[in-house]
Amino acid sequence: MADEAQDTAVKDAETDTHGDDHHGHDEQLAHHFDSHEQQFEAGKMGTWIFLGTEVLFFSGLFCLYTIYRANHPEIFMFARGLPKLGVPGFLDVSWGALNTVVLLVSSFTMAWGVRTAQLGKRKPTMVLLSITLACAFGFLGIKAIEYSHKYHDGVIPGIAWHPWAPKHGAGHGDGGGDKHKPDGKHDGEPAAGKGVHGDSAGQKGKEGEKGKGAAKDEIDYANAPKWLTSKTHNDLKTFMGIYFCMTGLHGLHVIGGIVLIIWLLYRTRRGEFSKQYFGPVDFVGLYWHLVDLVWIFLFPLLYLIKPEQYLG
Amino acid sequence: MNEEPTGAETHDADHGHVHVMPVWLLGAILGALLVLTALTVTASQMDLGDLDIAVAIGIAMVKSALVCMFFMHLLFDRLFNTAVLLCALMFMTLFIGFVLMDTFQYQPDIQALQDLNAAQPAP
Repeated sequence: MADEAQDTAVKDAETDTHGDDHHGHDEQLAHHFDSHEQQFEAGKMGTWIFLGTEVLFFSGLFCLYTIYRANHPEIFMFARGLPKLGVPGFLDVSWGALNTVVLLVSSFTMAWGVRTAQLGKRKPTMVLLSITLACAFGFLGIKAIEYSHKYHDGVIPGIAWHPWAPKHGAGHGDGGGDKHKPDGKHDGEPAAGKGVHGDSAGQKGKEGEKGKGAAKDEIDYANAPKWLTSKTHNDLKTFMGIYFCMTGLHGLHVIGGIVLIIWLLYRTRRGEFSKQYFGPVDFVGLYWHLVDLVWIFLFPLLYLIKPEQYLG
Repeated sequence: MNEEPTGAETHDADHGHVHVMPVWLLGAILGALLVLTALTVTASQMDLGDLDIAVAIGIAMVKSALVCMFFMHLLFDRLFNTAVLLCALMFMTLFIGFVLMDTFQYQPDIQALQDLNAAQPAP
């Protein structure tokens, strides 16, 4: 009868030492759940509520983006640039698209890994989680390449900010002995329809520019590249701020995902999951798909903006 | 005891208590997502006038719907999970919508003030 079963369960719980192997209950089922199904559904609901908070988290930055795009669309010209006007673009669609593909593939392998975990297959789960992890590192690697280009162009907000004098050639700024290609172009990078990195920003800024330590209001606009005026300088700062905040926050989430997947690999290797108990794999998978979802929106919003959309 | 606690014992031994996604379906969704990515990049090379951003966001929404329904399993899950996501998205829409309304209302005034200050620099 139900009462007797309940009394037995209470008695088992009271005499249960947990150091004892003969539990009489499932170690993978927490005491406060009646079944694996209930435990899983509860975890899934909790995960979705957490994902809801993540959506709200990112919505702050998407709101920032929307307001700027509505009120000052011209700042987004620095995404793909305006070659005809000599305005440089700083985002490469090819890298962005590659990152999109990398994350989509990683979502596929993650979802497949959830499937194999649900089927209790330990080794395939480890393989699929490892591929997902590799894709995550691939994404970060591509982002590192992109960020390093921006460092060379001097558009990382902070002490390295010097878009009037990108660090190529000798005798620039602090002369940090960087290894650059002489014309400042990044030859390994696929062309993305801008191609003005080395031209306007390089030669003209060379002679009259101040050192890196100059305060911003001491910029010699007369000798700076033609596209750089007081207004476009502020515009560039704003655009780069938006870009780094959005991709930076997303990148932090990727790093968080990497930590979680490594944790899953550790637990899978130890055989902690089974056909009955695979919740953590499923839930980390949901988080990882959210990371992918955010990038699915970031990519067109940051990389695919067309000049016609901000020219008056 | 509320719901049936022992759903676990009543189905086949191949898997536990959930609907498992077939690999071919996952692969098909990946294929669709890659095609949509190519589509959005291609569309970004074309001039669609006012439709530009609508097309980009529209394709992104289709992609995210596919990820949510299939990779994230929402199509086969309890409706409550979908409701949680939709509520978050609805809040985001309200958030951005109202801020946009606000800025469209007052931005002209701000711009006028800035233009005024630019024309007459402070002494």
